[in-house]
Amino acid sequence: MSEQNEIGFISNDPPHRAPGPIGSLHASLLAYTPYRWLAGKLAASGLRVRHLVIAVPYIWLLLFFLAPFLIVFKLSFSEYRIAIPPYAPIFEFIDQTYLQVRLSIDNYRLLFQDSLYIQAYLNSVRVAGISTLLTLLIGYPIAYSMVKARPRTRFILLMLVILPFWTSFLIRVYAWIGILKNEGLLNAFLLKIGLISEPLSLLNTDIAVYIGIVYSYLPFMILPLYANLEKMDMSLIEAATDLGCKPVPAFWKITLPLSLPGIVAGCFLVFIPAVGEFVIPDLLGGPDTLMIGKVLWTEFFNNLDWPLSSAVAVLLLLLLIVPIVLFQRHQQKTAESH
Amino acid sequence: MKQTPEKRNALRDTPWLDPEQTPHVQLLDIRKNYGDFTAVDNISLDIYKGEFFSLLGPSGCGKTTLLRMLAGFEIPTQGRIILDGEDMSAVPPYARPVNMMFQSYALFPHMNVEKNIAFGLKQDKVPKAEIQERVAEVIELVQMQKFAKRKPHQLSGGQKQRVALARSLVKRPKMLLLDEPLGALDKKLRQDTQFELMAIQEKLGITFVIVTHDQEEAMTVSSRIAVMDHGRIVQVATPTQIYEFPNSRYVAEFIGEINIFQGVVENSDSENAAIISEEAGCRVETGRSTDIAENAHAWVAIRPEKFDISTEPPSDTRVNCMQGEVWDIGYLGNLSVYHVKLDSGKMAMAVRTNRARSIESSITWEDRVYLSWHPSAAVILSN
Ligand SMILES: Nc1ncnc2c1ncn2[C@@H]1O[C@H](COP(=O)(O)OP(=O)(O)OP(=O)(O)O)[C@@H](O)[C@H]1O
Ligand SMILES: [Mg+2]
Repeated sequence: MSEQNEIGFISNDPPHRAPGPIGSLHASLLAYTPYRWLAGKLAASGLRVRHLVIAVPYIWLLLFFLAPFLIVFKLSFSEYRIAIPPYAPIFEFIDQTYLQVRLSIDNYRLLFQDSLYIQAYLNSVRVAGISTLLTLLIGYPIAYSMVKARPRTRFILLMLVILPFWTSFLIRVYAWIGILKNEGLLNAFLLKIGLISEPLSLLNTDIAVYIGIVYSYLPFMILPLYANLEKMDMSLIEAATDLGCKPVPAFWKITLPLSLPGIVAGCFLVFIPAVGEFVIPDLLGGPDTLMIGKVLWTEFFNNLDWPLSSAVAVLLLLLLIVPIVLFQRHQQKTAESH
Repeated sequence: MKQTPEKRNALRDTPWLDPEQTPHVQLLDIRKNYGDFTAVDNISLDIYKGEFFSLLGPSGCGKTTLLRMLAGFEIPTQGRIILDGEDMSAVPPYARPVNMMFQSYALFPHMNVEKNIAFGLKQDKVPKAEIQERVAEVIELVQMQKFAKRKPHQLSGGQKQRVALARSLVKRPKMLLLDEPLGALDKKLRQDTQFELMAIQEKLGITFVIVTHDQEEAMTVSSRIAVMDHGRIVQVATPTQIYEFPNSRYVAEFIGEINIFQGVVENSDSENAAIISEEAGCRVETGRSTDIAENAHAWVAIRPEKFDISTEPPSDTRVNCMQGEVWDIGYLGNLSVYHVKLDSGKMAMAVRTNRARSIESSITWEDRVYLSWHPSAAVILSN
């Protein structure tokens, strides 16, 4: 057959087996001496060399995530004392004979006894939850209209969403101070148009925190939603319309359910970092804006209670693991159904 | 004019010939512009109730655009669409008694087969019991009972296509629009499905308008075919008429294989027309009249299977007979295709069914052969 092929695209050679993504990554990494050395050692010990590539991200996680966590975890069980470093060691040799292990659960007990911490956790979850909802309500229409825009406009809109990332997060939050403070831009504007007669006190309130979080995390909501809505098959909407469904119900019955993976992804991307947020409540929030990130900072830097702040961090992590696991499950489920 | 019962009966299958019938759908001078590009150009068309009407044409000629205007997704720049006596111009797609089967099937991925099919009925607030009944009915019609609970991603291409068909039929539309419904299927399944479509159409009596660029498919399923080119309709006729009596070189060449020879009209009266063609190397008599003036240019079109190919000269080699040398032979099993280089240098193609088993058929490469034909086989075209 292939000899008759006039165009001659088909060759008679057996197709070369293309190396998979892992194989080709392995090949390129071999250029680096340490990797080559490691690969050689592993090969000598009978391990498949290609596994090394898969191991790289795991080693990364191990080194920069698990190890620090274990240090924090260990710290959370030690006792506070006024010294350098400010905690008592867990393991100690006594008389050069006995290994003394002193695990204290006092820090954790305190977290549950002092209502301040519970309050802070609950408040963080509440603030993050409400902010996530607000970001969704604002982000969805934006993502939707971006998808509906003409390709050129769409590109510009996309750039506008990404643009804020090019300036420092800290500077952008500081800018909000300038906008929200009593003699700030917003109040000046509202006074000028006569909507209010005296300045609103927005800065150092929960409202400012919501504004800050919603503003900062909006792109994390818009981008996954945009990615999801963009690949939505528009003929589905037409099919629904054709079957007698008006445009607005068609949105609720077709577009929204199909964009659920994007909504879930966006919500987690906003919620998880927002719970532990420190900078925004610190700069924009008031003295009574109680968020766990701020508490952690205070314990660590002001009170120098490293063990207690470690316990706060461990509990925060546990708190976040629940939604992360839920998220993972959801991802898996959607991956299976497509 | 009153018609006799016999005549009535004969006209039942050809309503377009019956002056007393009113068309089911009327396109009146429809045009669609995208910017300064004209996708559909002044089309007027009547489609009758229960027809299986095909829109056939090359890619980009405006078939989908025309269909989408019927469905209401595109608004004509000019012209009107009348369905069952009602002007559709101001009727949005969700209110039209028309359903469409999409080329991509457009099944809702988050609903199972049953829910997909029930969707349209739910929009009309049909009672639950009736929905169940009607869904079950169409599921049976397309033989998908076993798959009723599956989601679209768990179905094969052919099964998806059945669900899409069922979904567009369940509302019992006045007209069903199908945009290349069988495009994604392999040849065998395609042929089976074509016959199923025809059976379903006959059973339900719904008017089908189908878009295709597969001429074989159009020939198989249609009551009539509209051949389109660059947004215009070139010919509307039954498959046989389109094949046997194309009205232009474009249609002749678009449908099947055909030999076309240029010539000059020698004489033309009410019963006969004759053309002298240098390319064919003979005088072509057609046994039919033509409205082309004498001495004007004309083209003669002859289908390859209409030729008698022989090494022996026929009785008269000057009329309806061409001579040449066998240049190439293609053996297709049931048929053999002969490419003959005529004395004028022009190539002609002839097809012969392989009735005899013998491989050493009488004609072989470089043989001198005569191609002759019956006067009714040739068609005269003006452009
Ligand atoms: N929304 C649009 N904007 C601009 N031009 C369009 C649009 N839709 C279609 N066209 C143009 O109109 C012409 C007809 O398109 P149409 O989709 O009707 O072709 P078709 O006959 O269905 O072709 P195919 O067989 O490839 O499906 C094409 O040239 C196409 O580029
Ligand atoms: Mg098309």
